[in-house]
Amino acid sequence: MANDAPPRWDRRMQQRLARGEAAALAELYDRFASLVHALAHRVLEDDTGADRVTREVFGYVWENPDAYDPRQGSLRAWIAMLTQRQAVHRLRASQPASAGGDTLTSEALEERIREASVAARADYIVTSMPAPLRAALELAYFDRRDYREAAAALGVTEDEARRRLRLGLQLLSTAHVQPSRAVPPPGYGRAL
Amino acid sequence: MTGRGGPDPYDDDAYGDSSGGAGDGRDGPGRGSGADLPSHPAGPPRIPPPRSAAEDGGRWPGALDGGIPAPRPPTADESRTDGIRADEAPAERAPEPGPEPDAAPMPPGPPPTPPAPPLAAPTPSAAHPLSHDLLRSLLGAWALTACSQDETSAVEAHLNHCPSCAEEALRLRDAVGLLHTEHSLDLDPMLRSRVLAGCLGRRPARIPMPGWAGAYDAEAARLDALLRDMGEAEWRAPVRLKWFDGRRLTGRDTTVAGVIGHLMVVDGIVAASLGLPDPMGFDAPGTPLARTEAYWHLEPGAAYGAGPPGAVRELWREQGHALVRTVSFAGRGVAELDVPYGDFALPIRDAFLDRALECWVHAGDIAEAIDYPYEPPASAHLKAMIDLCARLLPGTLAERRRAGLAAPPRRLVEAGTPGRTLHLQVEGTGGGDWYIPLDSPAAMPEPEEAVATIALDQEAFYLLASGHVPPQEAAAGLSGDTEAIRDVLFATAALSRL
Repeated sequence: MANDAPPRWDRRMQQRLARGEAAALAELYDRFASLVHALAHRVLEDDTGADRVTREVFGYVWENPDAYDPRQGSLRAWIAMLTQRQAVHRLRASQPASAGGDTLTSEALEERIREASVAARADYIVTSMPAPLRAALELAYFDRRDYREAAAALGVTEDEARRRLRLGLQLLSTAHVQPSRAVPPPGYGRAL
Repeated sequence: MTGRGGPDPYDDDAYGDSSGGAGDGRDGPGRGSGADLPSHPAGPPRIPPPRSAAEDGGRWPGALDGGIPAPRPPTADESRTDGIRADEAPAERAPEPGPEPDAAPMPPGPPPTPPAPPLAAPTPSAAHPLSHDLLRSLLGAWALTACSQDETSAVEAHLNHCPSCAEEALRLRDAVGLLHTEHSLDLDPMLRSRVLAGCLGRRPARIPMPGWAGAYDAEAARLDALLRDMGEAEWRAPVRLKWFDGRRLTGRDTTVAGVIGHLMVVDGIVAASLGLPDPMGFDAPGTPLARTEAYWHLEPGAAYGAGPPGAVRELWREQGHALVRTVSFAGRGVAELDVPYGDFALPIRDAFLDRALECWVHAGDIAEAIDYPYEPPASAHLKAMIDLCARLLPGTLAERRRAGLAAPPRRLVEAGTPGRTLHLQVEGTGGGDWYIPLDSPAAMPEPEEAVATIALDQEAFYLLASGHVPPQEAAAGLSGDTEAIRDVLFATAALSRL
């Protein structure tokens, strides 16, 4: 699944996009559209806006496949970053215009952006954490197994199951940690 | 998944462990002070119990004291859209290795009475409390409400006098709230075509997708989106596949996973004719029916839903992407390449339309089985699929005639000359008018020679051509030669197959 996409897939996809292969664009969409739409929706809380950001993000990636640097991380993470940036840009841009009732206070605006950033980082962490950790979390959280059942399902010791659950959550908790740069880097929020 | 007992690939304290792992093995309960611990001026925080897991209806016996903020009830949306799922959940609950009474499977419904504490895990008030190390290792399970009641109590008692565990416990419990990150709204399937068209408008493809592959590409993506958020139970949901075998409606019972396996092995015919690997191997049977039966026989799990339920989806999807990729590179000539279906053959351009139609038909079957809405294809694609049916009708009619299932031709028509014609009128956004030569597949249809009309909307056409309703019961407006109408209705239904 998308979660386990190896870097090789990312590089190959980049080459195919650069080559102008329409089928690659379709595959890219199939793999990441729900991620892009969900991230954009979390910032904008609006279907039309999320649709628009989805168009803009895929348009940008299709036109600029070389802007992706596989050494900097996964294609998924790059696309999530582009989405977050573009959605925040759209949210900020929409604010002065809508002088009516649904203008957010600047605190509420920043809070929404902050929450969306945490959620985006959490998504990144969950999807990029080692598969054994993710599998343990899935069993405990989504399938509601206790750690002994999870251990049996995974074929590991109970010690190991406890360790994976704890380590997985430790990883996930780092989503709350703001990136070291509190000040947005230059170009942050720039339109795609 | 790493195997049992292998070397440990993850460093326990590699991440975010601010409470200082060194030496904590010697910290007993109640001794949780240390120079590297965060200070807690007002004493260690009182930690409320963890939030409950997704879909928790309060069946965990972990929430003991009152006064605890109720866990946020998950919405129906969340419970369907976990975002991440277990790949490894066994078909049956694995038996516990030891005779531990508290590890018995929890039945749904009211929480069971707390079982007797296991010998190995004494209560905190017992003479031998759990060690700091063990309690600390339980923090993740505790935050996820995935440990026993006694362990939960022991952890919570420990948190009251161990600041380092208390700090971590808070942090991990907050992290649980981040687990359901990927909510998924159902994406509008039309968004896909709009986004792709927008991209191609900004930068035209140097290697475009052949137009005739577009319907398959879109329908496979639509079905894939339907499958995306399905849980284990839905993969095993029973589905009855129906078709018209030439004489009557028939069917086969399988599961959602079995349907996707069926699509995969029939797509495999197209894959093989393009030189791609055939999922059924070298000596695969030729007809879709035989391939599917062989697959369900070889992989009984696929038909009845054992094994990792979503695995077949990836195989099917990856093969589908490979098909589209391959024809994109193959150039024009490939369009007319014959795809042998056993007792008939289709040029590859039509095989792609046929596979698109199958995707739609079976997506409809799956959607019905899991009680989920499913829309018809985009109008251009729908029209192309109906057009394929209309083009196949004269040949099917001739076959049925040879088998004695349709009336003999009224008159002999020289190839290429106009003959008796049936007007097929399909209403709807993907509809149109088609003229079906009745006397011979080689005859030319001629609107002025129309002896009968069948008018139906696209939904009724879909039900008829997919063998989901008996031909004599198709919701159609009929006028003209009743024999011609009957023969064409039956021939349309006979286009369906497993």
